Amino acid sequence: MTTKVLTRYLTEPFQCWGKAKDIRRRYYERFADTENFPGLRWVGSAWTADAIPAGLGADLYLLTSEPYGASIAFDNALNRRMQEEAESRNWAHDLCAYMRSYLGSMYQDQYVMGEKLVPWPHVDFIWQMQICCTHSKWYQAVSEYKGVPQFYFDIGVGPYDLRRAAAAEGMEAGKLQYVVNQWLDGIDFLEKTTGRTFDDEKMFRAMENEFRSTSLWAEICTLNKAVPAPMDEKSMYAFYVLGTLNKASKEVADFYQELRDEVADRVARGIGALATERSRIISDSQPPWGFLSVYRYMEKFGVVSVGSLYTFGLEGIFQEDEDGTLRERITPMDRGIELEDREQALTLYADWFLSKPMYQLFYGSCIKSDLMQKMVDQWKVDGVIIHLNRGCEGTVIGSMENRLALAETGVPVMTYEGNMGDEREFDMERVMHRIDSFMETLGLDKLE
Amino acid sequence: MHSASGVVATPELGIGTFQHWYENRHDYAREWKERTGRKIVGAFCTYVPEEIVYAGGMITVRVLGGHEPQDVTEPHIFGMYCPFCRDCLAQGLKGRYDYFDGIVLAHSCLHFRQTYDSWRLHIGAGFDYYLPMPNQVQSPHARTYYRGELAKFKAFMEEQLGRELSDADLDRGIAVINENRRLLRQIYEYRKRPNPPVTGLECMYMAITAQFVDKSEHNQALRAAIAEIEAGRDVGRGGTIRLMTVGSENDDPDFLNMAESLGATIVIDDQCAGSRSFWNELVPQADRLQAIADRYCDRPACPTKDYPERTRFPHVLGLARDWGAQGAIVIQQKFCDPHEGDIKPLREYLENTGVPTVFLEFDATNPIGPFRIRVEAFLETLRNEDLFGDDDDGLF
Repeated sequence: MTTKVLTRYLTEPFQCWGKAKDIRRRYYERFADTENFPGLRWVGSAWTADAIPAGLGADLYLLTSEPYGASIAFDNALNRRMQEEAESRNWAHDLCAYMRSYLGSMYQDQYVMGEKLVPWPHVDFIWQMQICCTHSKWYQAVSEYKGVPQFYFDIGVGPYDLRRAAAAEGMEAGKLQYVVNQWLDGIDFLEKTTGRTFDDEKMFRAMENEFRSTSLWAEICTLNKAVPAPMDEKSMYAFYVLGTLNKASKEVADFYQELRDEVADRVARGIGALATERSRIISDSQPPWGFLSVYRYMEKFGVVSVGSLYTFGLEGIFQEDEDGTLRERITPMDRGIELEDREQALTLYADWFLSKPMYQLFYGSCIKSDLMQKMVDQWKVDGVIIHLNRGCEGTVIGSMENRLALAETGVPVMTYEGNMGDEREFDMERVMHRIDSFMETLGLDKLE
Repeated sequence: MHSASGVVATPELGIGTFQHWYENRHDYAREWKERTGRKIVGAFCTYVPEEIVYAGGMITVRVLGGHEPQDVTEPHIFGMYCPFCRDCLAQGLKGRYDYFDGIVLAHSCLHFRQTYDSWRLHIGAGFDYYLPMPNQVQSPHARTYYRGELAKFKAFMEEQLGRELSDADLDRGIAVINENRRLLRQIYEYRKRPNPPVTGLECMYMAITAQFVDKSEHNQALRAAIAEIEAGRDVGRGGTIRLMTVGSENDDPDFLNMAESLGATIVIDDQCAGSRSFWNELVPQADRLQAIADRYCDRPACPTKDYPERTRFPHVLGLARDWGAQGAIVIQQKFCDPHEGDIKPLREYLENTGVPTVFLEFDATNPIGPFRIRVEAFLETLRNEDLFGDDDDGLF
């Protein structure tokens, strides 16, 4: 077995690690604390258009469904109880794992707030998008059980070429208009449902936050092209999640600015995530949240996972330059564009929103294979580990074709079956054995 | 009946024709192509706007599974996706649809999108087109948007044909396909009779073959079938338990045959292999593309497009009541997320409105023995049978 030359890099903890944890904790606490944080509470996907309901006021508290499901999944015993509750009510075992955890928690009237369980607070409305088959079905169930008014918008208008984002050409007008028209109806829904007057200025500010936070996250991911990688993917999970919670909030946008500065500083000073980095991989799909120790295990081989299309592109907004370089998309503000009126702002927002890299994989495996190949080349990756995630039909669409496409260009690929949020479908020992074999393929042995 | 060339000869037009077409669908397609010199477009799902394809002198052939074990899709589609989408891809990989001149996917579920994706990559078939049919069909904006997408699709088809499609072409396509929908509805109306003159299996053959046979020929066969029925056809279904089937794609003749052999008759369905695909006619408008867009937005929805309101549920209940269904067999292709999102509330809805249900999970091949026991048990409950008779003393 060949062993790569080992360099020892400097490492140090992230300065803003605690702050990220605090933001996340406060987010879940505020949603439940109706006494100290009175106002409107609403729910929707991590992919929903957060910036729009922000036009209703500053006292809005959002709970995004998938991160909430993941936070339950982190505790295997609790998660099993919630999922069994959902399954006992005849929801299929193979439905989205987050959906089952969420519904179980709702039926048990136990809102999971860190280690505490409290009754679910009243929810004022549902504001949800639809791109995978489960998004609307999930919230129909919530709406019917809780009697919550619901609004949905469809964003399945076809792929967005990230090169058009770089050239500031944008999505075709008819597709944008479809999304914008739905949102205009949605603003009527928000006003009628809550009895509040919608304030465009508040929405504009939230949109600017979202342009900023999602572009900054993409920039942070781009900084991980450096060797050594300033962030490992396991740490990224603690940071990327903030974008999934409330990407349109000033708090999250400001945090990403701070994180960007810190990561840039780490790159400048050669600070790595792993002192013994000698090989780099990317992963694919959500990880099995209850078993993140898999990433620590790979470190024993000097392997760092520098990210994935999932951690980068779930919320990060990228553009592809003419030469194929992937990097953060330039925000409308940085292009000198001001938000002037409702329709113009919604159109800009739709063009931004639809360019999310993770939406593109729904339109064909070639798009995702191409993005993965670019990540391999630009992030200096030696291998790819694809999680065949039984818990999410959306993120694993086309995964087997991605495997074939990457293998065809000579990229070593390993797959393993599991579930992001159902421990009953994850075999830790078996996965470890597969990793051992894959490390051997990469020519790596365990470091002393 | 085989001809000298080995091709099974088509029997005289009538109810038996549809089973023949179903069992020899590839022979039919190849023979049609040779006979007409025209093109065949592979259709992925029943949302493909056939009117535009037909206007160009082509026909759509819906890709269906083969109901046989297969081992060729493992490298392409992860096993947690529905067996139907994998079975369909297997048919392509095995070369069964080698007569396609192009393929079209109209956006429906993620599962089937993978079949299309892998087909494009590994099978190829001339041209391919992804039509982003809106999901939120209940939004009025879906229609305007979809009209725009249909205009692009029409332009694409014109490129393939090398000529423009005129309003007259579209009218011809609309007329033939609307007639097909009307005739199928007429056949379905006969099933309301206390003694239905056609079985559920025969109707499945009629409905599913409409998805791959030239509609003008299919219409002729439907007219012949109607004449047969009008002549007083009796298949002895009076007094049987009246059932409906609801759910994912199902064109398994063995299953339907088994269910109907137990003293039941399938009198109505809400499935894409059946009524869902042809239920509503296109309402003509001066703007033909808008009329087509409206028709597909208005059709009985697949669960993936049925939100925020659950329009399917009252539609299904209406069918059950109008056709006098005493119970419903709720069918789901394993791993079918859209139907999994509907089945729990749909069953509750039906049960609460007096329609008992039994749930069966389908695969590419189905275990007829165990399913028979489930269906028999269901029929016993519907018959309200007292298993132990009047002299039951409670002892076993």
